[in-house]
Amino acid sequence: MAISARPRQALAIAGAIGLALSATACGTGSSSNSGNNNADSAECAPYEKYQGHDGKTVTIYSSIRDLEADRLAESWKQFEDCTGITINHEGSGEFEAQLPVRVDGGNAPDLAFIPQPGLLARFAERDQLKPASADTKAMAEENYPADWLKYSTVNGTFYGAPLGSNVKSFVWYSPKMFQEKGWTVPTTWDEMIKLSDTIADSGTKPWCAGIESGEATGWPATDWIEDVMLRTQTPEVYDQWTTHQIPFNDPRVAEALDRAGTILKNDKYVNGGFGGVRSIATTAFQEAGVPITQGKCALHRQASFYANQWPENTKVAEDGDVFAFYFPAIDPAKGKPVLGGGEFVTAFNDRPEVQAVQTYLASGEHANSRAKIGDWVSANNKVDLANVANPIDKLSVEILQDDSSVFRFDGSDLMPAAVGAGTFWKGMVEWINGRDTATVLQGIESSWK
Amino acid sequence: MTTTTPPVAAGTQDTGSPTTRASRVRTRLSSRTATLVAIVIAVVWTIPTFGLFVSSLRPENQIKTTGWWTFFRDPEFTLQNYQDVLFGQASGSGQLANYFVNSLVITLPSVLFPLAFAAMAAYALAWINFRGRDLVYIGIFALQIVPLQMALVPLLSFFSRGVSLGGVTLMPAWNLDGAQNFAQVWFAHTCFALPFAVYLLHNFVSQLPRDLMEAARVDGATHPKIFRTIVLPLIAPALAAFGIFQFLWVWNDLLVALIFAGGSDVTAPLTVRLAELAGTRGNEWQRLTAGAFVSIVVPLIVFLSLQRFFVRGLLAGSVKG
Repeated sequence: MAISARPRQALAIAGAIGLALSATACGTGSSSNSGNNNADSAECAPYEKYQGHDGKTVTIYSSIRDLEADRLAESWKQFEDCTGITINHEGSGEFEAQLPVRVDGGNAPDLAFIPQPGLLARFAERDQLKPASADTKAMAEENYPADWLKYSTVNGTFYGAPLGSNVKSFVWYSPKMFQEKGWTVPTTWDEMIKLSDTIADSGTKPWCAGIESGEATGWPATDWIEDVMLRTQTPEVYDQWTTHQIPFNDPRVAEALDRAGTILKNDKYVNGGFGGVRSIATTAFQEAGVPITQGKCALHRQASFYANQWPENTKVAEDGDVFAFYFPAIDPAKGKPVLGGGEFVTAFNDRPEVQAVQTYLASGEHANSRAKIGDWVSANNKVDLANVANPIDKLSVEILQDDSSVFRFDGSDLMPAAVGAGTFWKGMVEWINGRDTATVLQGIESSWK
Repeated sequence: MTTTTPPVAAGTQDTGSPTTRASRVRTRLSSRTATLVAIVIAVVWTIPTFGLFVSSLRPENQIKTTGWWTFFRDPEFTLQNYQDVLFGQASGSGQLANYFVNSLVITLPSVLFPLAFAAMAAYALAWINFRGRDLVYIGIFALQIVPLQMALVPLLSFFSRGVSLGGVTLMPAWNLDGAQNFAQVWFAHTCFALPFAVYLLHNFVSQLPRDLMEAARVDGATHPKIFRTIVLPLIAPALAAFGIFQFLWVWNDLLVALIFAGGSDVTAPLTVRLAELAGTRGNEWQRLTAGAFVSIVVPLIVFLSLQRFFVRGLLAGSVKG
């Protein structure tokens, strides 16, 4: 009673073919072509100092992906053509978690765009990062304000220049709505509160907010607190707070929280289009400002990158459907505090072509090349405003290049990840959900070891 | 020779004594109420997937503003999402078609390698007498408790730095590039699958009747011959069961692929691309529904076409034939 062996044989053959196929696939490596090198043409003149690395490849790892990654690749296309260096950029949403694994596993990228100075410092302290070359350093010092460069300097060693930036001190509003109702853009904190009262009296809840963002829920509220902190205190106190020289539950931090609470935890003011105060915790940050386009809310504090979140066909301009104004200072005489973020170009490798790319990315050529493609803000002072088409980007660049601006980096990115991307976020959710300021701050403080 | 089916068939015919526990359970499970409950559970289970499917056919604006159930009140139908995620040319819009192929290239060898190795190992551990056999088996069995996450960094270091002990290089770095990275992923998946595969198949192989092996040995069959002509055909259901497990696991895997395949479009599988489909700040999340459907098509086909092996394989390991 032998059973037919044929199906089994077929299975075995299929298996064997599979193995053979995979073995051949194993052997086919991608052969790299060095590309057409037209280094001598006129348009390549600015890249002369980066010459001499024809055929080399530089890998970059970052959290920039999708459309923005395409634009980035476009921005260094000419550099690649002229120098013969191939830049392989890889963006991942898992960047922050993956980079340490890759570095520890000996598979570090040549360059990484690190958006958290805290993470940068972690690599620097373990000697995993390569210090920036003298060329890169000179280029960075020429093009970027010192306020920025200190965030990529660890124990006196400079590790890399910033690339893109975003300005977080913005309040989004509808110019149309403001014009119809006869409201004007406030330039001081008091004017802003007065305006909020006027709007509330007219029957519309003035503010809308949302801090839901998947596993990062809470971060928009941390931005709020940091922005207010920069306004109620001096930048020096802000620095002490982000470096834990003053405790997290310091009365000055509590004061900032309470002042933010006069808006965020005020049922009269929030949450336009969504419900009461608690709805802030459950509203996705991507959707939080949308009620402005429906006339259900008038003000929404969010970073410049929120420009991409508006529904299709929303015109973002000073005379359009939505625009943003600078989140006003309490005492404008003390200068213009600006909260922002950005990524730093750091190197895990010191091969000459890697350093050439690192230097190029700090240059005005790259900043302008990227700015021309659109949707881009950089603190690079070589950026020509004429190259920045988008009105909100233009406003951001103006603020960043303004001499009276006092720039400070997003505090939660400076703190250790367990706090800045952990208990601070969670604490803010609890705070919105009704827990009192003292308990929340005490909880965050006790988590900061 | 015998196949595995007759004993099972005999079992179903064995309804002469309705008082046995198994048959009582069987009667209860096939009653009308039980069927109704099963249908309700099936419907409730399917609703989210169904909603996802309906959602994937709606235009972006609708997805972003209303729930999928409003589709029935106000049906607006489009295939734009699928067009975007499958064939969009900019990396901004999907290109899932490319990554689909990568997923297949990763998955097939990652299923076949552990199957092949584990079947041979299971046979050796069950039917070849050698010293320390039980120790080896217990060692492999115990490896199941090592969490995959713990092995990621050492394994990555093994690929990129090689192995050296006290300055002596035991194994050089692999120095893989581009499409060669597939080898890393296969290696990783095979490593992580082997302990469970060996355990599962060993249980199965060791239950084969001893008479069979002895008869074959008397007839002059060698171990390779016995393995090929007797064991392999008999354990086909178990192979299929494990194959499905492993296929679904590898196909749906994100972690291993992220670390060993990287995110370049040459090697990254569907899951890696899906995770990035929504854009840097999540503003294109309407694509996720269509993307999800593209990615579950293959597992669905595999599962539906092989599910009878799946159930048989699971049962066959436990019931003595």
